[in-house]
Amino acid sequence: MSSTQPLVITEDLTIYHALEQKQLLLDALAASTELELNLSQVSEMDTAGLQLLVLLKKEAQRAKKCVRIVAHSQAVSSVIDFCNMAAEFGDPLVIPAHEAS
Amino acid sequence: MDEITSVFIQESREQLAEMESGLLQLEQNPDDHDNINGIFRAAHTIKGGSGVIECHFIESFTHRVENALDALRNGELAVSPLLATLLLECCDHMVSLIDVLAAENDAPDAELKASGDLLTERLKDFLDTIGGNPAASDASQLTVADDTVEVESSGGGIVLTDSWHISVRFGENVLRGGMDPLSFIRYLSTLGEILGIETITDAMPAAAEMDPESCYIGFEIQLQTRSSKADIERVFDFVREDCDLRILPPNSKLSEYIKHIQELPEDTMRLGEILVRCGALTQAEVDQGLSDQKDSAEKIELDNAAPQPQLGEILVENKVVHKEIVDAAISKQAQVNDKKAKDARLVRVQADKLDQLIDLVGELVIAGASANLLAQNSKQGDLVEATSVLSRLVENIRDSALQLRMVQIGDTFTRFNRVVRDVSKELGKEIELVISGAETELDKTVVEKIGDPLMHLVRNSLDHGIEPTAVRLERGKPACGRVSLNAYHDSGSIVIEISDDGGGLNKERITAKALERGIIQPGETLSDAEVVNLIFEPGFSTVEKVSNLSGRGVGMDVVRRNIQSLRGAVDVASVEGEGATFTIRLPLTLAIIDGFLVGVGKAAYVIPLDTVVECIELKNLPSDRNFMNLRGEALPFIRLRELFEIPGECPPRESIVVVQFAGHRAGIVVDQLMGEFQTVIKPLGVMFPHLRGIGGSTILGSGEVALILDVAALVHTVSQAEERKMLPGRNHQPTTALPNN
Repeated sequence: MSSTQPLVITEDLTIYHALEQKQLLLDALAASTELELNLSQVSEMDTAGLQLLVLLKKEAQRAKKCVRIVAHSQAVSSVIDFCNMAAEFGDPLVIPAHEAS
Repeated sequence: MDEITSVFIQESREQLAEMESGLLQLEQNPDDHDNINGIFRAAHTIKGGSGVIECHFIESFTHRVENALDALRNGELAVSPLLATLLLECCDHMVSLIDVLAAENDAPDAELKASGDLLTERLKDFLDTIGGNPAASDASQLTVADDTVEVESSGGGIVLTDSWHISVRFGENVLRGGMDPLSFIRYLSTLGEILGIETITDAMPAAAEMDPESCYIGFEIQLQTRSSKADIERVFDFVREDCDLRILPPNSKLSEYIKHIQELPEDTMRLGEILVRCGALTQAEVDQGLSDQKDSAEKIELDNAAPQPQLGEILVENKVVHKEIVDAAISKQAQVNDKKAKDARLVRVQADKLDQLIDLVGELVIAGASANLLAQNSKQGDLVEATSVLSRLVENIRDSALQLRMVQIGDTFTRFNRVVRDVSKELGKEIELVISGAETELDKTVVEKIGDPLMHLVRNSLDHGIEPTAVRLERGKPACGRVSLNAYHDSGSIVIEISDDGGGLNKERITAKALERGIIQPGETLSDAEVVNLIFEPGFSTVEKVSNLSGRGVGMDVVRRNIQSLRGAVDVASVEGEGATFTIRLPLTLAIIDGFLVGVGKAAYVIPLDTVVECIELKNLPSDRNFMNLRGEALPFIRLRELFEIPGECPPRESIVVVQFAGHRAGIVVDQLMGEFQTVIKPLGVMFPHLRGIGGSTILGSGEVALILDVAALVHTVSQAEERKMLPGRNHQPTTALPNN
């Protein structure tokens, strides 16, 4: 769909890298209209990382752009699943059981 | 190790000690509900703490133990000796796990892990006995079941859900404080089952203002759990200051939910939606609630306006909340207050600081004595008065400083509950432990060192003292044997008694053994007391069969040596068929005593004042006899001049100091009585380990050295000599009155 290569994040999405990653992600979003994220190599994600993804999604919505996470690592998908954020993110992950209505 | 971990380790050890004593009580009172709750709470606190510090091996094991305890608490499992043993083993295992954590290892080694798995299996076996299907019973455990208090609606209608609603908004600084909100929520899920969760990110600002190190996140959670509100709150203890936490109990009024919605920062409609999504409310309930909100708001205002004696009572009266929720909250508060009050009363001080203080006080006492002496020699009335006030104060300081080191012996005693329990199980005997005098205080160093000898004596009583049940019944004794530990103060020493109602010591066997080992010679006649005390001789052990309890080659002589190294004494009295009593006597303190100064020739000696009964004048006594008539009683005495072979003539007037030790009285003949003297005990050098009759030395105010008499040894010598004399057939043997070998 998109001509750009997915942005591959290799570092952990944790508080320790949050500052630099925020800049990296926002720059990447500014540079394209359809940003694809490859998170398959993220071995750890905490609340700060989750917040960054939420921020990115919100910003994309505001700018009428699109952010897709095309690959999840186990750590990422378990956090997203645990927080019941899959529906909100709308990425192909798992079908959340709670989203019946 | 970070601080939180070390706090966790320390607190867990305390909790485990409580848990152990609770479990021991459990066997005696299986129906004591408070006790079971206490045990459960201890396990629960450890689990909670281990979750927070992310020590998963402790958390997962404790979780399983907690499951079993929970079943016990709900009466689904009955207390049985087997279960109690298993739980005690689990308790031990948790202690080992804490040790692993304390050693800063990441995981227990294979052996420990295997034993943990084994315990888990056995716990599972117990849990499986509840109902046929463990999975089903797990689920039923999770629901809050309280049939006794019916919750009625008081307007607005109750919300038909049996789970807690938890709403939490984390403060901005939580992430910077090193906490990860997700780990709290994850930990929350160990309390029960999270039915629904919604992540609230509404607080997040636009990209420009968003600080990736701030926390903007919140959660709405439906949690099904048996835990109390206090337990849920405890999950968030570490971020309590920095988060907005609201908890709605199961079956709350709809108006409570509405109030809750209104109090939260997010938009009302959006929140309603969120609550519906995470399963707290149905859409119909939200609609009804929001349309009624004006009414309910007024009602709440009305409630607030009315005088409220106790919020909790009113809520319960109105049947708005479960009584158990209020009770849980109150007991939690009381516990916290108790702990705070306890903490406020106690100051933890390094032991070496205390030792330093005692040393200084010792020097102060010596310096004070010197000043006192100089003042008296100067014959200046004012100076004498001033120094006497000073020395009284020094005395007070000395007493209070020594008091600081005093601890109650109770803790040492209660440790033996477990020993007695385990050993009696192992030996297949039924034995109870009776403890008295637990509040008796003694010096901390003594308490620490008395543990091992005491353990040996208790085990000895359990193993050799108490007969097997069949033998007991045959002898007409109750099947349940009794071992008692007792402590009390007696003339400056502390006495610890270990007695049992077993078979007593077998004198024939002891004599035979002593002959075999060459401890006594054939033809030697000994008094009964002497015979039984032979067991303390080196290389003596009467039991042929070596059990793993006692008889490991470490004999009673080691016990005696240990006790003697504390300047104490041990002896045993036994009545055949009725039991034996071991008596340990120890000095109250090891540092400073009140002494009574006496002089012989030019030298000064100190007799511990606590042992002195009276002083009498010695006159017109035949010099070849070693006892005198004191008000109709025979009083054996000893002449220090002879004992220590001091040259010189006796003065015309000699005095006798009557001393008492362990029920025996004896006289010590001295030249001069010099009065009371505060004595700082300086131990004798390593050159004099065999010196009998001397307990140590001290420095007088004049700078001279005085020897401290070991009254115990002297009295023993005197009374033994007397006993031998009185025994018929022993007169031909020379009296050994001077055993200062």
